[in-house]
Amino acid sequence: MDSALLVHRIHFAFTVTFHYLFPQLTMGLAPLIVILKTLGLVRHDESYNQAARFWAKIFGISFLMGVVTGIPMEFQFGTNWATFSRYAGGVIGQTLGMEGMFAFFLESAFLGLFLFGEKRLRPWAHWGTAVAVFLGSWLSGFFIIATDAWMQHPVGYFTAADGSLQLSSFWALVLNPWAWWQYAHNMGGAVITGAIVMSSVGAFYLLWGKFENYGRIFLRTGVIAGLIFSVLQLFPTGDGQGKMVATNQPVTLAAMEALFVGQSGAPLVILGQPDVASRKIDNPLEVPEVLSFLTYRRWKADVKGLNSFPQDQWPQNIALLYYSYHIMVGLGTLFIAVMAIAIFLLWRGKLFSSRWMLWILLLALPFPYIANTAGWMTAELGRQPWLVYGLMRTADGYSKMVSAGNGMFTLLGFLGMYTVLGILFLFLMRREIEHGPEDQPAIAGAPPKREPARV
Amino acid sequence: METLWFMIVAAMVAAYVVLDGFDLGAGALYLGVARTSADRRRILRAIGPVWDGNEVWLVAAGGTLYFAFPLLYASSFSGFYLPLMIVLWLLMLRGIGIELRAHMENPVWVGFFDLIFCFSSALLAIFFGAALGNVVRGVPLGADGYFFEPLWTNFRTNVGNAATPPGILDWYTILTGVIALVTLTAHGALYLTVKTENDLEAKLRNVALRAWPLQVLLTILGLAATLYVRPTILDNYNQHAIGYLLPVIVFASLAVMLYGIRNSLYKLAFVASSLYIVGMLVGAAFALYPVVLPSSSDPARSLTIYSTAAAHHGLTVGITWWSIGMLLTLTYFTFLFRMFRGKVRLEGEGY
Repeated sequence: MDSALLVHRIHFAFTVTFHYLFPQLTMGLAPLIVILKTLGLVRHDESYNQAARFWAKIFGISFLMGVVTGIPMEFQFGTNWATFSRYAGGVIGQTLGMEGMFAFFLESAFLGLFLFGEKRLRPWAHWGTAVAVFLGSWLSGFFIIATDAWMQHPVGYFTAADGSLQLSSFWALVLNPWAWWQYAHNMGGAVITGAIVMSSVGAFYLLWGKFENYGRIFLRTGVIAGLIFSVLQLFPTGDGQGKMVATNQPVTLAAMEALFVGQSGAPLVILGQPDVASRKIDNPLEVPEVLSFLTYRRWKADVKGLNSFPQDQWPQNIALLYYSYHIMVGLGTLFIAVMAIAIFLLWRGKLFSSRWMLWILLLALPFPYIANTAGWMTAELGRQPWLVYGLMRTADGYSKMVSAGNGMFTLLGFLGMYTVLGILFLFLMRREIEHGPEDQPAIAGAPPKREPARV
Repeated sequence: METLWFMIVAAMVAAYVVLDGFDLGAGALYLGVARTSADRRRILRAIGPVWDGNEVWLVAAGGTLYFAFPLLYASSFSGFYLPLMIVLWLLMLRGIGIELRAHMENPVWVGFFDLIFCFSSALLAIFFGAALGNVVRGVPLGADGYFFEPLWTNFRTNVGNAATPPGILDWYTILTGVIALVTLTAHGALYLTVKTENDLEAKLRNVALRAWPLQVLLTILGLAATLYVRPTILDNYNQHAIGYLLPVIVFASLAVMLYGIRNSLYKLAFVASSLYIVGMLVGAAFALYPVVLPSSSDPARSLTIYSTAAAHHGLTVGITWWSIGMLLTLTYFTFLFRMFRGKVRLEGEGY
């Protein structure tokens, strides 16, 4: 692989993977905070408001990290992927432009009011700012997904005289069926992150024996939302997304499943390590005919294998794609199981005293992040070798004027910068969680009491 | 249609510079003016609720530029690769500087983020000024519309010199960077005089007062240098004499600024400072039109709005959603600035 191409790919992959650790939490928490605030208003129960304030602080820190790591994403389309931007900007400039105009302005204007304006606003008006922030973050998610979905499944375009792609139908772009399935699936994943983080902190408080009243609120809200959304994640959204892939990117489906040879009654591989060189799976644990059924709803249906496609159309990293997909699905299944047991215990009134379950919920914290990341890797590795599916190869899209050395320089810069950001984020999270939800003034951060050092 | 989008993008860039300009300026003067913890918090609180929204204008202007002029976006962003990446890092540092400072009371923590905030704000102002300087001076565009500019070469402008291309930094762009720093520092000081009281207000007034002669001098120097570097800059003005109104506005704004500062009419002075910035930016845009990125070696290679724009259908569709989005945005921001109007107080919420 051309070394500049490799550097530009790693540059984008690294920055976007790190970036998405933060929006998945903010987009997931936003509706949960609205729910907490609504409960506080409807039940006149101050502890819900206090719980909402606590999560607003977590939201604020995560949002800040999302903003500062998000600006480089838009820039990189131009800086590192100029050839692609020139080729496809006539179409995806629409969705990226709309994201700025509709989502970012909404979000940023109301975030300040939401985080700092509680005392200036009437309770329902403050509730309104929470809803506005929720809407803003979910709109932003939609425009980004619509952009990615267009790269996965280009619609509503024509090829202009200079070879670039241009918009022919705005509604085709916005109503791209791929976008709506992917959006539903992605936002479900974000809510799962929000829900599991919330229940994890709740479990921590109960196990710790502090802030137990809030721990119970967090657990109840977290596991209910967690169960609903992890079930929706499997069906219908995961199923619908899978059908999109099966119909429009059959070679991707074959690579995700490491189905080297097409067959009727294809088995579903639960575990196993793909050996791409000899085109087989080592140590397979298979369920016969299930892949055919899941894909086509017929047990004996014919599923195309990688052998049906020329090798230059295969995703390049089949092993990583296979693992990403299986990790996502495996974790998703575990989430359903864990949340179902938690709900059962909650219903029987035993959740708050079942220490073993609280430990499981506590330790679940990193796994939705892994599942969401693996899901995105499935989508993006699965699209390879294309940058715009069927139209432009990734190898053709990067900035030809930016050398590998310059790309490496800024990649190293981002690695260093993001290491610092990551450490700061974890440090601040630990502080907020340890400090707990009680006696939160309606502000982010207490004013310093001492005179700071003069600089 | 292309002209309309040229005006829209220019207006959004101007809105960004006016809005984020005052909080960048506030950051640049932060350590020098605010010596006590209370004063620093007053400054942070004056910009706290609005800085993020101000910065969104940059992202939205970038998005609109991408949408309307994809080739310009692709060419300039990859050509200005290194300075843009540095700008990104500075924007990150600045964001965490403002927001994370208040999370701990430890003086080392607070001092660290104070330093980061001030340093990154000042450097950003210089970089943005230098960026404008680069666009006016021209860049070494190739026949395919792309280029790559190193951070510096020999610090000469090298216009018309194909053998040694210009760098991001040369004497001219450093000059525009300094103009931006001084302008935005004064702009930030004026914004803060509106938001503060007593001692701090007096100190800030002093900053604006002392920056003023420097600003006049630099404006004249900048105009002269631009004429020297790019004599064709007057072509559009000579064709459409109405353009000469722009320098008149620029100098009139400077006069009103001084009047406002002297008589403690800070809102007036701030508006005049905003008008000065808009005048300078529109003056540059007027001179360039219809070119959006001039070539430093061969005028035939310059990128124009016509050679870089997206197709007509897309641009027409964009007018609809852009107008709706802008209307909504203006509503939010009017509401936001009204909510946080008046002088800042240290009791209660935030920062």
